[in-house]
Amino acid sequence: MSLIVEDLQVHAGRFSLPSISFTIPTGQCGVLMGPSGSGKTTLMEALCGLRKVSAGRIELGGRRIDTLRPGARRMGLVPQDTVLFPHLKVRDHLAFGPQLQGWTSSDIASRVDELARALHIFELLDRKPKGLSGGEAKRVAIGRAIAGKPQLLCLDEALTGLDEETHQATMGVLQQVIKEEEITTLYITHRADEASQVGDVMINWLAAGGKDDDEK
Amino acid sequence: MKKTAKPESMTKKLGSDLPFFLGFGSVAAIYIGLIAAMVVANVAVVDPESIRAVWQDPNLQASIRLTLLTCSITAILAVLFATPIGYLLSRFRFPGRNLVDTMIDIPIVIPPLVVGLSLLILFNRIDFIPGGAGNSESWISLEKWLHQNGMAVTFSVPAIILAQFAVATAFAVRLTKNTFDQIDPRCEQVGLTLGCNRSAAFWRIALPQAGQGVVAAGVLAWARALGEFGPILVFAGATRGRTEVLATSVFLEINIGNLSGAAAISLLMIGLALLLISFVRFFTRSRSVVL
Repeated sequence: MSLIVEDLQVHAGRFSLPSISFTIPTGQCGVLMGPSGSGKTTLMEALCGLRKVSAGRIELGGRRIDTLRPGARRMGLVPQDTVLFPHLKVRDHLAFGPQLQGWTSSDIASRVDELARALHIFELLDRKPKGLSGGEAKRVAIGRAIAGKPQLLCLDEALTGLDEETHQATMGVLQQVIKEEEITTLYITHRADEASQVGDVMINWLAAGGKDDDEK
Repeated sequence: MKKTAKPESMTKKLGSDLPFFLGFGSVAAIYIGLIAAMVVANVAVVDPESIRAVWQDPNLQASIRLTLLTCSITAILAVLFATPIGYLLSRFRFPGRNLVDTMIDIPIVIPPLVVGLSLLILFNRIDFIPGGAGNSESWISLEKWLHQNGMAVTFSVPAIILAQFAVATAFAVRLTKNTFDQIDPRCEQVGLTLGCNRSAAFWRIALPQAGQGVVAAGVLAWARALGEFGPILVFAGATRGRTEVLATSVFLEINIGNLSGAAAISLLMIGLALLLISFVRFFTRSRSVVL
């Protein structure tokens, strides 16, 4: 499912995101790079339906989605600091999206099993987020986001805060999963090495219409 | 350029921590001493004979039963109302939000007697319900309408619950709002992207995390209801064996000059309060929740 963002504008209090345009072809990973504080997370939230769009349009797979509620957009979000549900086990995190979509119990169980193996979190299934390492928590958040087979995966500086070894290991798992799931992905980062490693399409923040944080 | 202070002079400047601990400790000791002195004073005037007499009094036994019943109903109602109100205030910015927030504080800040008086006037003196065919008046009061339909609130048990509820719910809302404030709203936002609507995000994500806070709000409402006296006296009256709860029992015992009996009932209430506080402490500590 290709993602097309056209002249998207967002106003959030005093902050205003200028007109942004870019396209990510079906099944590819688009990397949006830009300076910190320039509004990349605001853009991500607008794409996911968590912020109101002032103008412009968002199309996913030929369907206009910017007027839909977040749950109807079929997107998976991995926030910068994972934001796991403290009261749920890892197993329940992976089953959360499919349950809401009305999958059968056997389909949910096999999906949980499949993802847990792919993300190397099988032994963590009956644990709660408290006590998980940074890398484990990131992998659980990725699994939760893609479990319901969304049409777009949004990763907002998803691997920030990991030590270099864990970062590389998690990046490897993430690339593998994106490839296997054939999922269109928007990856926001400020690290050039991450961008070149994971990206099929490079979206330059300034070229897409974004502003430097100094210009806000 | 300024000279850097020598380590020895820094140590001298820091001074001792003793005055801090002495000052703060003294303030705490004075207040704790006052509370302890009040309890001891109650114990001092109670004699075993009056405890036995009060305990065997059927009116007091009825008062205890009515207290437990009304406080429990009030606590359940308070949780049912305080949970959605606390969530709305914590999560949403809407027109009139500040007004709602301020109005919640009204039962907390106004004298309890005024709460009772307001309820009494609302139910009995304001005619705002259409009288209907069988009535000579075109508008009748709420109490009159209830009476015509075989119910009564003023000066009966429902009045006790309503008076307790009006005050206790305000305290419960403050606690539930505080609890939801401590829960990261982005958890619900992630839930929304996964397919939750607002209702599912509340039931599946926010409420399970707020469980202990909601229980604590219920216990606080129970405790507030136990201590409520002014609004009950005005709105429900203090009729022996009918609308008598423990707080009114104390008042009635004082009225007949039985100070020792009043103190014995007070000790019973203190015991109940301690039991409740211990329950909350145990419940929240065992789950590492800070409320």
